[in-house]
Amino acid sequence: MRAPISDLPVAFEQASLRAGAVNIVSDLDLTLGAGSPTILFGPNGSGKTTLLRLAMGLVAPTSGRISWGGRAEPGERLAMVFQRPVMLRRTAAANVAYALRAHDDRRVAELLDRVGLAHVAGRPARKLSGGEQQRLALARALARDPEILFLDEPTASLDPAATKAVEDIVRAVAASGVKIVMATHDIGQARRLAGDVVFLARGRLVERAAAATFFTAPATPEAAAFLLGDLVI
Amino acid sequence: MPDGTSALQLVFGGDPALYAIVALSLYVSVCAVILAALVALPFGASLALTRFPGRAFVVVVLNAFMGLPPVVVGLSVYLLLSRSGPLGFLGVLFTPRAMIIAQALLVMPIIAALTCQTVEDLWLEYRDELTALRVTPARRVATLLWDARFSLVTTLLAGFGRAAAEVGTVMIVGGNIDGFTRTMTTAIALETSKGDLPLAMGLGLVLIALIIVVNALAWGARRIGEIRAG
Ligand SMILES: Nc1ncnc2c1ncn2[C@@H]1O[C@H](COP(=O)(O)OP(=O)(O)OP(=O)(O)O)[C@@H](O)[C@H]1O
Ligand SMILES: [Mg+2]
Repeated sequence: MRAPISDLPVAFEQASLRAGAVNIVSDLDLTLGAGSPTILFGPNGSGKTTLLRLAMGLVAPTSGRISWGGRAEPGERLAMVFQRPVMLRRTAAANVAYALRAHDDRRVAELLDRVGLAHVAGRPARKLSGGEQQRLALARALARDPEILFLDEPTASLDPAATKAVEDIVRAVAASGVKIVMATHDIGQARRLAGDVVFLARGRLVERAAAATFFTAPATPEAAAFLLGDLVI
Repeated sequence: MPDGTSALQLVFGGDPALYAIVALSLYVSVCAVILAALVALPFGASLALTRFPGRAFVVVVLNAFMGLPPVVVGLSVYLLLSRSGPLGFLGVLFTPRAMIIAQALLVMPIIAALTCQTVEDLWLEYRDELTALRVTPARRVATLLWDARFSLVTTLLAGFGRAAAEVGTVMIVGGNIDGFTRTMTTAIALETSKGDLPLAMGLGLVLIALIIVVNALAWGARRIGEIRAG
């Protein structure tokens, strides 16, 4: 069931978020349109999570503006997997069911199976391991049948097999027409998934490029240094 | 209660009059807590989740009302329910129903204020996730109450403790009628004033034991729930 109105593109115009005297992100001009996955790339504290929170409508910019499909308010079909997801105090299956628009046990089982958690369906979500919780959060986000899926380092605490499984899911979801916007530190992962790359440093957009260009010929010295494994502050 | 029997005999002798008093006390306080919770849980949770002008005032008043003097609550309910009062037509004054209403009013602020605090803390943790899931305000309240259920058990116990221990409201609106509205606390007050201190003390011990049993049951329920739900 597709909503008639779309939240794409998500457009940032000179958007800044300030907390007291600190500029968390500054003067962001960025348009996230339909298409292949956009990877947010950048060192710790560069503003990736903040950008996702802004795009999700969880915080309003202190100056500038953000629009969703030309509208000032974000719609229903956005979903996000947080860097540290919050599990509701109920079973894994109930966490997925909670996000569904209508009660549907088959769909819950399907989604759990998709993220490889069918065997823990009846366990309390808070007792799952960190990696299992992250995958459960992905199932919960998919339960919302999103048009745009924001992922904040969804594989940060996963083992290689689970990382591959999540990357496969992300690719499949992207192939089904969902716009993926994903933050990651993992250069290999960014190469594997990215259609285009948004590189942030110190709360500013430093470079935006197609993945092929970004990884072979980054245009800015910061991005080049980061790709070489140098500390970028 | 026959005069002259010792407290121990009364407590362990299975005196039916005593059992009736214990049962009524339990019945009134449990009903009062349930009634109060039906209002105070959603109210406290909604207050935790909404921001409006004057909210700070409501919170301060609510917290202050946790210490409402029972006799004042009793007197207010008495005036409401008395023959000439606005709710006099109900004809419930000097019945257990009046006692339930009065105790419910007494513990409502306690449950609401503690619920508000608990839910506010949980909301800090849940805000981003529930907002991202586009959960409606009504569902937020329900979700937070449900997910705070183990802490809220303690909140309800605080209300129950207050209700079971107070004497002022039930004395005024119940009238301490033997075999009809006499509770543990009003019986203790009566026996004390009659000078039967051992009996009063015995009743007091029964009351304390009762409160401990209720708390133990709640604690057990909470533990089992926590183990199963995480
Ligand atoms: N509410 C806030 N108040 C003050 N500073 C904040 C706040 N939120 C974020 N920051 C700061 O803004 C900067 C960007 O934070 P953000 O979480 O967006 O970075 P990130 O790129 O996601 O980092 P990481 O890779 O470690 O997840 C950090 O220095 C952080 O400390
Ligand atoms: Mg982050």
